[in-house]
Amino acid sequence: MSLDHIQVKPSGEPERNPPGPEKKGKVEPERWLDQHGDVLFSFALLRVRDRATAQDLVQETFLAALKAAGNFAGRSTERAWLFGILRNKLADYYRLQSREIALTESESGSPEEEGFFHAGGPGKDGWITRLAPQRWEAPDESLVSKEFQGAFQECVSGLPEKVAQVFLRREIDGVTSEEICKEFAISPNNLWVMLHRARMALRRCLEVNWFGRKRPEK
Amino acid sequence: MLNCRQVTRLVSQSMDAKLRWYQRLGMRIHLLYCVWCRRYAAQLRFLRRASHHLGEEQADAVPQRLPPEAKQRIRERIQESMRDAHQE
Repeated sequence: MSLDHIQVKPSGEPERNPPGPEKKGKVEPERWLDQHGDVLFSFALLRVRDRATAQDLVQETFLAALKAAGNFAGRSTERAWLFGILRNKLADYYRLQSREIALTESESGSPEEEGFFHAGGPGKDGWITRLAPQRWEAPDESLVSKEFQGAFQECVSGLPEKVAQVFLRREIDGVTSEEICKEFAISPNNLWVMLHRARMALRRCLEVNWFGRKRPEK
Repeated sequence: MLNCRQVTRLVSQSMDAKLRWYQRLGMRIHLLYCVWCRRYAAQLRFLRRASHHLGEEQADAVPQRLPPEAKQRIRERIQESMRDAHQE
């Protein structure tokens, strides 16, 4: 799908892009591209998965930044400012996409919790022991590690695309439930099921691929 | 009494919306005696923290690089756009 429409604001709302960095210096979009291009691209790719779309989003981000650079007023760093613009572009992209493709049942439907709980017997709907949450050693030490970030991204990539998009919109961008429902044109219930599904799967993925593997000896 | 399957749903939902009082009460009572669901709740909070780190500008991991030809294309579009702005 073409991203050309993204520049068009259907509701005619004002430009939401955050004000630029305070520095009064020259507008140097080519330096922005060299310094921040790869980071923005990685971020976009995690969110949309399609390389061409991710590239288009990065391009749109720089062009919008160029336009907004005149009203420099913000307090943020240059990179944070560019990320803010990219987030707006993503929101536009999600809205557009939700109009074009309805969610299929498999993407939004049944929670992936089935296998984790006893299906019957006295412990019905309780955790199956071997799949129940284990103790994680010093999780916060992992947060700052590059390897952990890689493992986490890997786990996110394993989610169905729509589920990952909704999860990241909520947890990375901190967008409210109501806003996400509007962007993706889904019901609150639909949203909660998808988030539940994402969290259930990600928790398990980290347990198996990170915390289970790398248990420090004490 | 709520079971683990129900409680994991509520734990997740409580991170995105306000639960009703009886849901919250049921969840809390369950968490008092179920160590697995307690861990589950703590680990979901950890997921949230991990996501913040992943998304922020400070993320060091750059697993993907913009391909040179895409970079070139963007560079040209920027130059074009700057030329247009000058002519206005």
